[in-house]
Amino acid sequence: MKAINETENINSRIRKDRVFLGLVVLFSVITVSPIILIISKLIEKGYKQLSFGFLVEKTPDTMEAMTAIANNELIPGGIVNGILGTLLMVAMAAVIAIPIAIITGVYLYENQGKWLANITRNVSDILQGVPSIVLGLISYLWVVKYVTNGFSALAGSVSLAIMMLPMIVRSTEETLKMIPQTLKEAGLALGIPYWRVLTGILIPTGFSGLMTGILLAVSRVIGETAPLMLTALGSRAINMNISKPTSAIPLLIWEFYNDPNMVDMIWSSSLLLMIIVLAFNLTAKQFAANRK
Amino acid sequence: MNSDKITKIVLFSVSFIILIVAGGIVFSLVGGAIPSFKTFGFGFITSSHWDPTEGRENYGALPFIAGTLITSFAALVISFPLSFATSLFLGEYYRNTRVAKILGTMVDLLAGIPSIVYGLWGFYILRPFLIGIGFENQGFGVLTSSIVLAIMIIPYATSLSNEIISMVPNDLKEAAYSLGSTRYEVIRYVTVPAARSGIFAGYILAFGRALGETMAVTMLIGNSNIIPDGLFSTGNTMASVIANQFGEADGLKLSSLIFIGLLLFVITGIVNSIGKLIIKKMN
Repeated sequence: MKAINETENINSRIRKDRVFLGLVVLFSVITVSPIILIISKLIEKGYKQLSFGFLVEKTPDTMEAMTAIANNELIPGGIVNGILGTLLMVAMAAVIAIPIAIITGVYLYENQGKWLANITRNVSDILQGVPSIVLGLISYLWVVKYVTNGFSALAGSVSLAIMMLPMIVRSTEETLKMIPQTLKEAGLALGIPYWRVLTGILIPTGFSGLMTGILLAVSRVIGETAPLMLTALGSRAINMNISKPTSAIPLLIWEFYNDPNMVDMIWSSSLLLMIIVLAFNLTAKQFAANRK
Repeated sequence: MNSDKITKIVLFSVSFIILIVAGGIVFSLVGGAIPSFKTFGFGFITSSHWDPTEGRENYGALPFIAGTLITSFAALVISFPLSFATSLFLGEYYRNTRVAKILGTMVDLLAGIPSIVYGLWGFYILRPFLIGIGFENQGFGVLTSSIVLAIMIIPYATSLSNEIISMVPNDLKEAAYSLGSTRYEVIRYVTVPAARSGIFAGYILAFGRALGETMAVTMLIGNSNIIPDGLFSTGNTMASVIANQFGEADGLKLSSLIFIGLLLFVITGIVNSIGKLIIKKMN
């Protein structure tokens, strides 16, 4: 406390206190303003294109877009190829990642303090910090080159699955740690087999916590673009074959961004992507709130 | 063999997958980088000459390493006052109030916005704005990318420091109040020193986030293969050069891009480990 100047009078100290509070509030408001600015811009520029057709029609080609712009009309078509591609790849990534991640989370919880569990936890943490573009490179080296022999939905899913893994591992372990030990012990004391205690007591008790982790992980990978550019590549057609190039909403946004005729489609696609991401995010929050 | 044993074996072997994946990542990156390493050696890291022209191919990663570090560091500097103020707002001034809950949710949502949407916003809104106020004349480059990066990493820097700040024991703060301190003085001489290492760790982890951001930077940095010579210079980061040049890459160029991926992996790994280590030391 010696740093406070003794001769400083109380009025100037109070003034300093008020100014500081003012700055804190001001900067906090500046901090959250981008979310409002971004969402309002997406709504303002994107709502016109957003219609039922936008959800069920395929991406138009550049010529169609040019003609529409010349006639002062909305660009026809939609992004159904991207919507289905995103659905396919994210669902497949979830199917790959969720079982592995939850079992790993249970393993970490059951082996607190053991060296192999500690290593696994640290490795999982490191994996969480790996930039998504590097995971795209990896999936390219593994799947595109050796499994599907070309850009494919499967390759996209693998890169997204590796992204999801560590997030769900961590949230699973954290959730299980908060469940009272006595619950598990009571089950074991009744003679219930170990695996039934895990699947019948631990996991149902932590269900909403697990769901929070899963939904947040899904919402995080839905908007991923970079790894998909290196793996799924994109496609103008609807593709449900996992060994063929496939589009996704963020990939289409990237294509529209690079094509001057398609600019109008950028905003509606981004708005849709944002709505989906926010829906997952807020549902996850709801699950988290239910637990408390 | 009884069922308990089988359960344990299943748990063990499935959780081994994550170790295999991590090992595989290192193995594949190193394997993919070998042709480039054989040709350029460690000169790859120190050379600033990137030329894919056939016949006189030469690849050096220095411009991208420099671009990555400069944009990420600038982003950290820009985000500091914002996220520091926000964590004080959430963890000290308005702790456990409705307004803090709303603000906290909004900060979390910032983390949910996809990178490509940040890129669009930077390109169509922020760039014209910077040009309009005469701050920039082209709008592309280190400064524009860093501002967007700064917004993107705010949630990561804020969440940890907010948590640590709210955990500073009340006894300490009350002691200072009873000596006649103002709230500002309590924050400055008690709260912040007590939470210092946690706040620091939060910024390290946020820095690690910034290093690997791809899409937004790719859309804003101008994509020139030079070492940025200032905030208004264009450049390229390690992540953005991979995203930009991967499409037409094979042979030595592909190997060089994988080499850059390996370097990015190592750098983010080191930065994140330092952050984690500080957090561990605190507990």
